[in-house]
Parts: sequence; C-alpha cells; structure tokens
Amino acid sequence: MENMIKVTVIDREGKPHLLDAPTDMNMNMMEICKAHELPVEGTCGGMALCASCQVYLESETELPEQSDAELAMLDQAFHVKDNSRLGCQIRITEEIDGIVVRLAP
Amino acid sequence: MIETDIIIIGAGPVGLFTVFEAGLLKLRCHLIDSLPVPGGQLIEIYPKKPIYDIPGFPIVNAGELVDNLIKQCEVFKPGFTLGETAQTLEEIDNHFIVTTNKGTKHKAPTVIIAGGLGVFEPRKPPIENLEKFEDKGVEYIVRDPELYRNKRVVISGGGDSALDWTIYLMENKIVKSLALVHRRTSFRGHLDSVQKVMDMANAGKIELITESEVVGINPNGDGHVGSVLIKHTNLGDMVKETDHFVPLFGLTPSLGPIADWGLEIEKNAVKVNTLDYSTSRRGVFAVGDINTYQGKLKLILCGFHEGTLAVQAAFAKIHPNKKNVLKYTTVNGVSGF
Repeated sequence: MENMIKVTVIDREGKPHLLDAPTDMNMNMMEICKAHELPVEGTCGGMALCASCQVYLESETELPEQSDAELAMLDQAFHVKDNSRLGCQIRITEEIDGIVVRLAP
Repeated sequence: MIETDIIIIGAGPVGLFTVFEAGLLKLRCHLIDSLPVPGGQLIEIYPKKPIYDIPGFPIVNAGELVDNLIKQCEVFKPGFTLGETAQTLEEIDNHFIVTTNKGTKHKAPTVIIAGGLGVFEPRKPPIENLEKFEDKGVEYIVRDPELYRNKRVVISGGGDSALDWTIYLMENKIVKSLALVHRRTSFRGHLDSVQKVMDMANAGKIELITESEVVGINPNGDGHVGSVLIKHTNLGDMVKETDHFVPLFGLTPSLGPIADWGLEIEKNAVKVNTLDYSTSRRGVFAVGDINTYQGKLKLILCGFHEGTLAVQAAFAKIHPNKKNVLKYTTVNGVSGF
C-alpha cells in the first residue's frame, strides 16, 4: 500500500500486533498505538512530557537521535533501558518500515 | 464552610472560563485545585509551549493563555481553594458538600468537574514494598525540610527538584549526610544547579551515586526506613544505611478521588450527556478533558463550549422558576460582582 508501513508493537502480555501505519498523516508511534486501542496513555498528548508512552526498540531500525527533551523525560521515568524511547517521539516515516517496539510496563 | 452557587473542581483553562460564563448568568463560583496555582496542565506540564488552536489567537503561550483567562474571570470574583484535593462529595438537602483532603468544606447546589487529567500525584518508583514505608521515612515531596534535621537522607532522581533539594538541604546544613542516586552520569537540570551539586560531590560534602537506582528498602527495628538497596549498572548491589529515602521523579496525573463519587466512569473519564454535560448525578456536571462522550475531542476549545452549556443547566437547577435569556456581552457589556 502506498504511504503505509508495517510496525510491530508487542504488548505487555508479550503479544505482537502487526499494524499498518500511514506515513502521510504526521503521526507518531504513540498515536498509532492509541488508534489501535493498545494500552498506551499518551497523557501529555505527545510533547515528550510524561513518559507514559515509553517503548523499547527491539529491531535494528535506525532512528533519529533523541532530543534533549526526550532524554530529560526518560531521566524521570522508570524501567528505563538503553533501548528506551518515547513512542510520541518516533515519527512514522518510510525509513522505519518493519520497526518492532515493546511497550514498557 | 465556603458557600457558593457552583463548586468547580479544577482551576485549569476550562474551569476558569466556566467562571466567566457562570458570571454572565450572575452565578458565583469557587474553584478547588490540587495544584498551588491556577492553570492546570498548562502551568504544570507546558507553560512555555505555544498553542495554535485557540480561536482569535494565531499563537499563544500556555502560561499567557492562563493569565488572560484569570484576568477575564476576575470581574466575577471567583473563590479559590488551592493546593487541596477535592476528596469527597456528599449530597444533603438538594445541596452538595465537597470536602478537600485538608478538611476544607464547600457547599453549593451544583458542582462542575473540570478536572482535566485528574490529580497530579508524585511519580512513585517501582519498588516492591515502597508504600509500606510512606510516613515511615519515605517521602515523595519535601514538605518540611526540618523533618531531615541531623538525619541521613538518600534522594533519588535526576531532575531539578532532586538537584534543588540536595542543594537546599546541604547548604542550610540541615542533614547529617546526603546521598544523591541517579540512573545516569549526567544531569539535565539547570546548569548552575548541576554545577553546584557536582562541586558538593567533589568536595565530599555529598555522596553522588550515579548509574544507579534504588531498588529496595529495608526496615530498621521499628519498621521505619533503615537502609536502601542500590543497584549499580555494572558494579552490582550495595546497601546504604539511611533514615529517609526521598524519590523525586516529578508528578503524574490520575483520576483521583472523583472515581469514587458514584459517577458513571468510562475509559478513565466521566461519562456525560452532551445536552448539558451533566453526569449520572443530577446537579453534577463534567467539562473539559475529564469527561467523555461519543465524538469527544480533548481540546481546550471544546472545553470552553462544554462549560458554557453546563452553566445554563446549572442555572436551571439553581433558579428553577426563572427564565434565562441569552444576553450578548456586546450589547450588555460585562457587569461583575
């Protein structure tokens, strides 16, 4: 499909969800999860200010460098690992087709 | 007992504008908010962020919008109970009594919940027996620095509040000893605070334990905090004796006590009828981000509309025999209390 990539989100029970994600709607991973009713809160609405959309990057996908705001927020979060990311800061683009993320607790 | 026409739970943008719309109907309001200042998430989460979808404002900073909303409703002299959480809702003789966690009582014939994301509560680290030590040496907020006089204290966190309290407790020679535990090696607080903490660590005034997390708490003989277990990324675990453990990881919102008010709740929000944003309890309304209905959009703009309609229904309950006619501010101006 044009302007559509595949992303895999592994939920907290370990179940993978293969989702279609549009690249032409300025969306991010947190919004994709919410659109598919996965249990991601996204309290702050995507401003990298709450860490309720923390995910672990489990594929080798190259992501843009993390912003200071994202790193600062992860500093205040729990269950943080080296591959922690804020879902709201992962933009849905062609380059991340096939990405696999796991929801943090 | 504070008496008014409408008790508004939540002093965010929607609560503040609801005061204005109620004022136009000559209804008085009193706002209750768990935060110490009005503004809700606009002040607590993103005061410096621009907002682009407020009609008539191509761009406005969240903090500036709050200032303007306060100015706009000032003429109707709203009362404020700030820094207190609305805890209970009772109904007596067609009136509601809302009592806060500090015991302040408010009485009114109507209640409008404009609670936004809910109550901001400290973020608690995932330590198994953490809550057992609340009031026994674990504090998530420094309420009274004197509590730590001549005590051994372990603070954890890497943000401004962890840095600021470390500096305060040390510079004022309050604590006996202080260790700051942080998950990473660098800090992201204000540069001068970071420098001060680094200087204190280098001078041996505080113990700085980086790349580490507090993962466990052990009691002393009285069930009070006796020591904490600190896990280093590479070096393994260590036990540190302490009298207090103070995790400072910022605030996070939760629905809070409203969840127990006998209102119909759906998806962590209060279900309302879009006719007048009434809840399942007569005389109790919910507006803004805290409510839900088919087609709900969490926008400030929509909250303004919801509050405007809710006060019309509040008026009908307060003055059942009076007819209310919409008056335009352009024609009549705004006459305050």
